[in-house]
Amino acid sequence: MTAAGKSMSLIVTKGSLDWAYPPFVLATTAASMGLDVTMFFTFYGLTLLKKTLDLKVTTLGNAAMEMPMMGMHMVMPNLMGALPGMDGMATSMMKDLIKKKGVASIEELREAAVEAEVRMIACQMTMDLFEYKQADLIDGLEFAGAATYIETATNCHINLFI
Amino acid sequence: MSKTVLDVKGLNCPLPILRAKKAIKDLAPGGMLEVVATDPGSVKDFDAFCRQTGNVLVSQKEDGGVYTFEIQKGA
Repeated sequence: MTAAGKSMSLIVTKGSLDWAYPPFVLATTAASMGLDVTMFFTFYGLTLLKKTLDLKVTTLGNAAMEMPMMGMHMVMPNLMGALPGMDGMATSMMKDLIKKKGVASIEELREAAVEAEVRMIACQMTMDLFEYKQADLIDGLEFAGAATYIETATNCHINLFI
Repeated sequence: MSKTVLDVKGLNCPLPILRAKKAIKDLAPGGMLEVVATDPGSVKDFDAFCRQTGNVLVSQKEDGGVYTFEIQKGA
């Protein structure tokens, strides 16, 4: 049995560079396997829809974060996140790794999602809450709320919250 | 029969699958695609991808960290 006729929805709530990967990797892969995919962007996830992305990672709250360095793993203690410049350093380290390891950029994955006709819904409530303008976001979005998502999710085979 | 070759060496998940999907789209039913990859995760992934998309994974082999998949587009 194939995946034809199956569908998946994702709620995307986080907008940092590291957290941007799971939803876009899964959405593009599912679409390439023939699923109908809907992404609902809410709260910080909405930043992933901006025309120009400037995503960062933070060591704060990422207690298990470690990055490979000179054959070892460098841990990123939570406390260091309070130091000025730490997030910038962690971000550029991760961007270097992404390039070096042949991992797609978020821009590239988002473009693939658009190309694969992934349905993208921007949460209207978050638009109002954070005073985002539609003109600042990419084209082709729907603007709707929880009921629209729930209606979609009731018909989906896979529903993920990220 | 002619065969399209897709080189995704050095690319990581999910790019080999996304590129393969694009290449398969351009094939006629029954057409052959050869994917050359270095991502060890692609071994299981192309298996699952083909099962779920109705394409046939005709063969797969590994040689010195390079994986070659032969995929035949389903009808």
